[in-house]
Order: sequence, then C-alpha cells, then structure tokens
Amino acid sequence: MNKTVNQKAWFLILPVLVLVAFSAVIPLMTVVNYSVQDTFGNNQFFWAGLEWFETMLASDRMWDALGRQIAFSTIILMIEIPLGIFVALNMPKKGFWASFCLVLMSLPLLIPWNVVGTIWQIFGRVDIGLLGYTLNAIGIDYNYTQDFYAAWITVIVMDVWHWTSLVALLAYAGLQSIPDAYYQAAKIDQAGRWKVFRFIELPKIMGVLMIAILLRFMDSFMIYTEPFVVTGGGPGNSTTFLSIDLVKMALGQFDLGPAAAFSIMYYLVILLVSYVFYTVMTNLDKRDGH
Amino acid sequence: MSDSTHTPRKSVLPRINGSAVVMGLYLLFLLLPIYWLLTMSLKTNTEILGAFTLWPHNITFDNYMTILTDASWYTGYLNSMTYVVLNMVISLAVALPAAYAFSRYSFMGDKHLFFWLLTNRMAPPAVFALPFFQLYSSIGLFDTHIAVALAHALFNVPLAVWILEGFMRGVPKEIDETAYIDGYSFPRFFVKIFTPLVASGIGVTAFFLFMFSWVELLLSRTLTSVDAKPIAATMTRTVGASGIDWGVLAAAGVLTILPGALVIYFVRNYIAKGFALGRV
Repeated sequence: MNKTVNQKAWFLILPVLVLVAFSAVIPLMTVVNYSVQDTFGNNQFFWAGLEWFETMLASDRMWDALGRQIAFSTIILMIEIPLGIFVALNMPKKGFWASFCLVLMSLPLLIPWNVVGTIWQIFGRVDIGLLGYTLNAIGIDYNYTQDFYAAWITVIVMDVWHWTSLVALLAYAGLQSIPDAYYQAAKIDQAGRWKVFRFIELPKIMGVLMIAILLRFMDSFMIYTEPFVVTGGGPGNSTTFLSIDLVKMALGQFDLGPAAAFSIMYYLVILLVSYVFYTVMTNLDKRDGH
Repeated sequence: MSDSTHTPRKSVLPRINGSAVVMGLYLLFLLLPIYWLLTMSLKTNTEILGAFTLWPHNITFDNYMTILTDASWYTGYLNSMTYVVLNMVISLAVALPAAYAFSRYSFMGDKHLFFWLLTNRMAPPAVFALPFFQLYSSIGLFDTHIAVALAHALFNVPLAVWILEGFMRGVPKEIDETAYIDGYSFPRFFVKIFTPLVASGIGVTAFFLFMFSWVELLLSRTLTSVDAKPIAATMTRTVGASGIDWGVLAAAGVLTILPGALVIYFVRNYIAKGFALGRV
C-alpha cells in the first residue's frame, strides 16, 4: 500500500511513546546506571567505568550460561520448526476436526509458565509421575533431578510440548492461504509430494515461518520460569540458562553492578539476532508485495 | 471432469489416514501431561504417594474445595484476572491509534520507531525485574494491579501494535478517503467506521494480550507481595514443612488452565489467522 507522508501521525503514536518510554527507557537507564557504578551499601555509588563489563567478560559463569543458552535455543528451534511444519501439513483443512485440533493444540500456549513447569514436574517425577515411573519401570534409568542428560531432555521435551503448536498454527495459517490454483498447476506438472512442498508450500509459508522463528528464538532465549520450576537450574548448573543466572545474581545475591553489566550484554545479543531476523522478514514481506 | 474429481479421492484416502495417525499421536503427546495433572487433582495425597495408579480410584474434590473456599487461594485468581484485564484495556487503548498511524502514514523515523517498539517485545523480563521493582516502589505503586498491568504493557503494547498494524493494512485506504469526503472527522471515523472493520483483528489482539499477560510470572511475582499477588505465585504455598501438597498444587494448576481454555473456545475460528498476526 502506498502510504501518505504525514508528520502529524506522530500525535497518534504519542500515547505509545509515553507509555513505553515510562516502562522501558526509565528501567533501562537504571540498569545502565548500575552497570557503570559500584556501591558499598548506604546508597553511596562510585563511578566504576567499564569495570563490571570487564569482570563479566572474563568470568566463566556468564560464558557457560551463554553456551548452555545457545545450545538450548538451537536444539529447540531444530526440533520445533520442522515438527511444527510437519504437524501443520497433517492437520485437517476444515470442518469440525480442524476446530477440534486447533483448540487442543492452543491449550499448552495458554497455560501459565510456572504451571507448565509444575505439569512436567508432576509428569516426570520418578515416584509419582507417569513418565518417570513408566521409564523406570521399563528399565531406563531416568531421574531429572540428578542426571545431567535426563534434566536436559526433560527441559527440551517440555519446551517442544509447550511451543511446537505455535509453529504449527503459524505454518497452518500460511498453508491455508495458498490458493487451490497452485496445487492444480502442480498436479498438471505431475509434481510429487516433496516437490509440492519444496516449490509451492515452503516458499509460501516462508513469511509466517520467519515470525515463528523470530518468536521462538526470542522467547527461548529469555526462558526462565519453566526450567526454574522443574530443575531449578540443576543438577549443579547444568540447566542454568541466562535468565535464571541473571535473576540469581540480581535478586538473589543483589550483585547489582555485575548483574547490570550482564543484563546489557544479554539484551544486546538478543537485539542483534532479532535485528537480523527482522531484516530478513521485512525483505520477504517486500518481495511478496505486501 | 468426473475423472479428475474421482482420481484424487482414491489416492488421498490413505494419506488422510496417515495424517490422522500423526495428529492423533501429536495430540496424545500434548494431552497426556495435562491428563496426569487432572488425575492428580482428583486423588487424595495418600493415593498420590501410595501405590501407582493410572486413574483416581476414589475420586475426591477436596483439593478443589480447599482452593475455592480459602480466600488466600481464590483472591489469587481475582488478582490475576484484574491485572490481565487492566493490561488489555491499556494496551488496546494506546496501540489502536499507533497501529493506524503505522499502517496509513509514513513519517519521519517511522521504520526505526517500529523496530524500537519491537525491541521491547524482545526485552528479557529478567533484565527488567529489578529496575521495575525499584521504579514502582519509588512511585508507590508496588503491590498494586496497575503496576503489573503497566509492567506487562512493556511487551504487550509492541505486540498489539504489530498485530493490529497487520490487520489494518488489509483495510483498503479508499474507505478512509470516502469517509473524509462524507464529512467524518477523524475521531468519529475511527470509532464509527474503522474500528468495526478491524474488529476481528482487535479480538485476536485481545487474545494475545490475555495470553502473554496471563502466563507471565517473573514480573508479576516481583512486583507484588500480598494485595495483588497472582495465582501462579500463590501456588508456591503448597510447599510446606510436611513436603509438597501435590493434590492441591495439581488442582490449582487445573484451575489456571480453565480461563485459557474458555478464551480459546471463543476465538477458535480466528486462531489460525490470529497466530499469523494478520500477515497471511
């Protein structure tokens, strides 16, 4: 759509600007403030320059958490995106069963995140959980509170359970918008199932798929509540992701300076990656002529 | 012609069954943990911790009664509902005009502004928890519903602008121009003509605002202590000296799923398009 140039449109944006400035800029400035100062209590602060940034960059703690975070986000994206597309391709197109599937699939998305954690805690426990009990009954040694691999698998399966539906719903919406004419043309060309997917469906759902990847990347990179409830970041530190570590540092130990420096670098990483996705996404939008 | 309608049916039939199997398995995977939570909520603690049973042998509603009769439990639900609704109202009120501006006009810095808004959706709540706590404490809003609603606006307002902009782009511009020629002022046009046209978009947006405010815990827990404590935080009470009260914990979990299930049922026909944020 051709847009009219009109500087007065700023007035329509003003309420959003005021609100977001209040709830984003002020807190963010507080964080910046802490990151360059040191305190010995009594609300007395001293200029510390980039000291905290240097401390954090040199500490293994942050790098380890970052490594685990990147591993986690990569793994869940590699499972959820293909699985979501696969589920979407198999969903009924219309009628009662389509609504039925849509309602049930959306269910995990609206469960409070700590309840998601609780559900998996109850489901996975060795003594009272269906999953944990069954696995142990058939001879697999599974205990997510003690075993590194079991903890990781639980957290990953939980995320797949929680969020694959989002990817599936997005891909489904994309698939629904493909006109029948495309499929008829494919049939005339005698294209196989794979070719139909590769050359018709995939390019057509690329736009919504980018939204899915962007949302899943952002949210998995900020994940806190679900693993915190299930594993508490353990066993040891094995499932301590960036947010868990940060909350531990800021609200638990009250190490304001390092936590603030950590926060800023954390936020910058998310911004950088998201900017790349966003640019790709808007370029796709333009190419499709939206 | 009769041939071409006949052939696909033959070849499609086995594939539909394949799809049904895939969907069946996927839904089973989704529902099994929820089923387990439900079973637990209907068992007594003795049965939960005793012999392993796949379904409750003596169904009990005591766990639910505990929650529904104890004020410290059910006010948690009311608190959560209050700030979720407040957040929906605030977010929609500020996002509607802004989304209209982004969808219709180009102005200085519009693209940067749009991305800057989106960056707030990307802000990790863990980064904001402590500064929010200090900010709202210093202006005397700590432990109020409005504080949580405003804090959630941080990520919900950008989302609302994003979704609404997608829906508004789909409304032809000629409608605006015709209305202005007919002598409508901007506010009247916006309320009387434009808003009804994007009603489904507003519904979808409200659904998402509900969703992300309802499921969030880190900020709502940090910003409240007693008066506005959300249900999700109340649930930690089940951990007592004598261990965890699994039955009540499960019942509370089931009750937090219900509002979401209800909302999904109402918007079921818009879900797919809605999740695509109006961008298909």
